Amino acid sequence: MPNLRTLAERQAARPALGSGHSLCRGCGIPLVVRTVLASIRTPVAVVNATGCLEVASTRYPFTAWSVPWLHVAFENAAAVASGVESAYLALRRRGALRQNFTFVVFAGDGGTYDIGLQALSGALERGHRFLYVCYDNEGYMNTGVQRSGATPRAANTTTTPSGATSTGKAEARKNLTEIVLAHRIPYVAQAAISHLQDLSDKVERATHSEGPSFLNVLSACPPGWGYEPRDTIAVVQHAVNSGYWPLLEVIEGHWRLTVHPEPRESVGDWFGSQKRFRHLFDGVDVDLLASLEQTAEAEWQRLAEMEARDRDWFASPDGARWGLSD
Amino acid sequence: MRLVQGNEAVVWGALASGCNFYAGYPITPATEIMEYMARLLPGRGGVFIQMEDELAALGAVIGAAWGGMRGMTATSGPGFSLMQEHIGYAAMSQTPCVVVDSQRVGPSTGQPTMPAQGDVMQARWGSHGDRPALVVTASSVKEVYDTTRLSFEWAYAYRVPVIILLDAVLSHMRENIELPVLPASAELASPSGDPELPFGSHPFMPFSAATRTIVSGLAHDESGATRGSGIGTANEQILKGAIRQIENDAPRLARCRADRLEDAEWAIVSYGITARTARSAVDLLRADGVRVGLLELHTLWPFPEQIVQALAQRVRGMLMAELNLGQLVLSLRAAAQGMCPVSGLGRADGELFTPEAIAAAMSAEIRQIEVGGRMSHHV
Repeated sequence: MPNLRTLAERQAARPALGSGHSLCRGCGIPLVVRTVLASIRTPVAVVNATGCLEVASTRYPFTAWSVPWLHVAFENAAAVASGVESAYLALRRRGALRQNFTFVVFAGDGGTYDIGLQALSGALERGHRFLYVCYDNEGYMNTGVQRSGATPRAANTTTTPSGATSTGKAEARKNLTEIVLAHRIPYVAQAAISHLQDLSDKVERATHSEGPSFLNVLSACPPGWGYEPRDTIAVVQHAVNSGYWPLLEVIEGHWRLTVHPEPRESVGDWFGSQKRFRHLFDGVDVDLLASLEQTAEAEWQRLAEMEARDRDWFASPDGARWGLSD
Repeated sequence: MRLVQGNEAVVWGALASGCNFYAGYPITPATEIMEYMARLLPGRGGVFIQMEDELAALGAVIGAAWGGMRGMTATSGPGFSLMQEHIGYAAMSQTPCVVVDSQRVGPSTGQPTMPAQGDVMQARWGSHGDRPALVVTASSVKEVYDTTRLSFEWAYAYRVPVIILLDAVLSHMRENIELPVLPASAELASPSGDPELPFGSHPFMPFSAATRTIVSGLAHDESGATRGSGIGTANEQILKGAIRQIENDAPRLARCRADRLEDAEWAIVSYGITARTARSAVDLLRADGVRVGLLELHTLWPFPEQIVQALAQRVRGMLMAELNLGQLVLSLRAAAQGMCPVSGLGRADGELFTPEAIAAAMSAEIRQIEVGGRMSHHV
């Protein structure tokens, strides 16, 4: 698997997403896109849902993309990718096309958890072979920070404003990774921009799987989350190191954590790194922070049990086929 | 007086009309309506929900209406396209609701931050089948407020979805207006106070009430029943009745403003944000001694045919200026019935007209009619 230096060299030699985009300072999305695309050795075609990446990478009269790129709408990236992949397979069958292509979808959490979920579910059920990458920044940042199904409990957004009658978003985030998993596709993983080698390795395994594969990558958003742009990596590190955002993969239904932070930080460090959670620390609702910490801890324990359950499989010849050396 | 944004004026107009339910989905340039609602509604005893897409947003508003609440949603072109099925459903099931479409350049994603008036025909004909339609617009922040109030009134009077067409500029523009003092908390619309009759005989009441209520997008008769011989005829009767009711009231519903038309030989017809530019164009032309006036349409559907006909009889030519490639000009031309020439000036590049551009187009039409018009009439 390519190491980070190789990835950086590939990206520098032929950037799939080059300079000239207008994503914010400190935005995590370019890291996701560049790491994913530099990890794929075949020609790629990208389908992009409406969102920050789409608008900021194609500002007239420029484009930051050097690979084929197709944007259709907000709700249908997976449906469009289904069509592209089916047409490609038809051309291959006819002998009209011989190259091996990898199809990659990039969509934000709004376009994946919410409006695009139906299209995603349909595509996964039909089994189209593409890699769907959700760059998850936990909200509708392109329209000015509204809550999404990925926004965590208690986060302040413009549609879940914290104040006298509200402690931010009242609902817990949707567990999209497990919704995708329920489709029984061969490869599903969570990754984060703080752990790019881990992300790259997962792309490699995802693209070698027969059928659809899915990556949920925690990105970061300085204006939406409320932190200094220079702290992007540090903030996401808190998410991973506290167990708030476990780096995991599920291969043919078998679970494992790919990063085991030792010792695990407090989830409070993650909440404390962003202004959108500021009200958790004003002393008004101390129970809320405690309950969020308990939820994260229980979730981590659940995942640890799943991992223990599947450890033998990963050591077996079936698991070894996936090139897992550890 | 307060400096109020166009989108904010929608929210105030809605709250003053007793709106106590909002379901929406983020989209530029309408998002602020949702954001203001998120701030104001919960503290006033109302319900705010952010939904997972625009299909869900209008679906929830329709559900809330049948649950006894007074609801609205707001969106822009792409979301408005997704809402068309539910707009048809609201018309079919005679569900009162208000839908704001802050227009941006389309089709598809288009130019999200730039104004347009390209949804005019979609607002009338976007959903399949025949239906009654009430579509209104505005050209100032004060009018946005007034129009929103009127829309709730009409939605409940006629039991239809009322569509308010704004645009990216009007939504984001700020003007000083006088806002009312709102009652301390939203008064929940009481279903028992004034029973309304959805299908002619059944009261409009919450689903939680004991009465058996059938609401369906299937063809139905006045009891809501969807089966039986003659259901097609029964359903046609309901639709015809709803359409006729609006046609009959068209003179009252056709709101517009005549500006310097008393002595006018020529008329510019416009609506929404473009009407502001057209007003300045009239200033320019009047300064040059051209006897021109402006007919500004506030109600787009039902189209104010009688007003246009009366005008067409006494002016020598009309010009429709609109931010699309020729939509409402078709209705203007049809209503003028050949009594005077009607030309159109349109653009869909995301920019507003300048007053000079509209004045130049009017002047060109005048020249053409005065010099070559007689000839072309003879051809």
